[in-house]
Amino acid sequence: MANPLKCDLCSKPATVHLTQIVNNKVHKVDLCEACAQAKGVTDPSGFSLADLLLKASLNPDPSVAGVRCEQCGFSQNDFKKHGRFGCPACYQAFKGLVEPMLDNMHKGTTHTGKIPSRALERKSLYDRLTKLELDLTEAIKAERYEDAARARDEISQVKQTVAPSPKQLSR
Amino acid sequence: MTIASLIGSPSELTDSASSKTAIVLMTRIRLARNLAGNPFPGWAKPAQRDEILDTCRLAVTATAPMKRSLNITIGELTELEKQILVERHLISRELIGAKSGAGVIVSKDQTISVMLNEEDHLRIQVLRSGFQLKKAWNAINELDSALEEHLDFAFTPALGYLTACPTNLGTAMRASAMMHLPALVISNQMEKVVRAVNQLGMVVRGLFGEGSDASGSIFQISNQTTLGESEEEIIKRLGSVLNSIIEHELNAREKLLEADAGKLFDKIGRAYGILQNSHLLTSSEAMNLLSLIRLGVDLGVFPDANRSVIDRLFIEAQPGHLQHAQKGEFEPGLRDLLRAVRLRSEFANFIRPDFTFTTNGKN
Repeated sequence: MANPLKCDLCSKPATVHLTQIVNNKVHKVDLCEACAQAKGVTDPSGFSLADLLLKASLNPDPSVAGVRCEQCGFSQNDFKKHGRFGCPACYQAFKGLVEPMLDNMHKGTTHTGKIPSRALERKSLYDRLTKLELDLTEAIKAERYEDAARARDEISQVKQTVAPSPKQLSR
Repeated sequence: MTIASLIGSPSELTDSASSKTAIVLMTRIRLARNLAGNPFPGWAKPAQRDEILDTCRLAVTATAPMKRSLNITIGELTELEKQILVERHLISRELIGAKSGAGVIVSKDQTISVMLNEEDHLRIQVLRSGFQLKKAWNAINELDSALEEHLDFAFTPALGYLTACPTNLGTAMRASAMMHLPALVISNQMEKVVRAVNQLGMVVRGLFGEGSDASGSIFQISNQTTLGESEEEIIKRLGSVLNSIIEHELNAREKLLEADAGKLFDKIGRAYGILQNSHLLTSSEAMNLLSLIRLGVDLGVFPDANRSVIDRLFIEAQPGHLQHAQKGEFEPGLRDLLRAVRLRSEFANFIRPDFTFTTNGKN
């Protein structure tokens, strides 16, 4: 006898098989009757396949269970529990989990919309400033005074560009 | 601005209905934004949430459109005030249930609201009556860019704006329209429409979002995906879906009139009678009756000017607004009584239906 399909959410035998075509992509979900009811699959007005696909892709994987986000301490199990991430850095920490999910969830996997250009410009200037300050300290330490003078001049130049200084965020 | 004066002044929704808003009552766009380097609200510790709230409040109130806004934490609101803000679509039910450090800033004209520490640090929303996706986008884009001057948003070139939930990545934008679709409901075509709209990557929900019912034949249609398309592309696609739904609704109305105008007029006439004479009305029944009167306005049974009365009552028949008007909190049974009193008095002077013009040449 063939193995019956298991419910994507609770592993009971699946009796509801849903296929939806969004943007020429086929999405398939198998559910048991209880989960189908609970998720409102039978009620067309309240059903979002994206949410369902999100939970279905969260099958436990013991090999990565120990991975935590360095920035906020969030774990993959926490994501399984909440369906939300802990902080922006989690997207880097759980890259392997996120990327396969996006394909099912969205129209594409790369952002093509608005870019916070002013904020990014500000950030790159700050990064440059941090690096120059480091150069300056090192140059002074190594008694390379010509390099130190150049770094100092560049620092004052960058500082003029960013003034008036925007409010720095905590941490 | 205080919460009392905000509640006392009419919202964008209740005050500007015209023939332009016949089928699309309201357009809304929201953007989710988070501060770089900070944990998302659901994972942040109370002290961090408070700090994020302070940072965001400072930045939001510094922008031009949010001068003289209402700036309040959820903890400072009474249960009734929270409910009124939900009924005006200015805050979400999720924000009410949020932990400490949650707040909202609402512009004086109630077209902009920024929720703080909901699912994301900032949920910026712009609301416009009628079908105005482009205007709403221009307004929210401008506000977002102004906030960018003061705040570093979590963003990567590949994934766009980073949000607590991966379903919002990319543009982190949800554009939606609130539509009144009585003829599609009466002719049992809504299920078909929902399925077709889903296949186009759009979602259909009830009046108050996820899990709410569609009483009053009012539905919200919004984009499902946020990554892989620009804001303009999403808006353009949603706009064309909305236009095709409008066309279907108009066709359905025409068919109903052709097939059995008497049956449709009976529904409208009875709704008018019940609203004038009933003594107990649940919120859901009131919504459905008002929906029929609104359809009557669209068909010319009532004068066009009366549409704004109905749109105001759609909001004022909601439990929060009703209790506020009666200055007290009442149990549901008593509310139904008060709602009927309110609607009886509104409809006592409401112009009588005139069915003569549409039947000309048809019967």
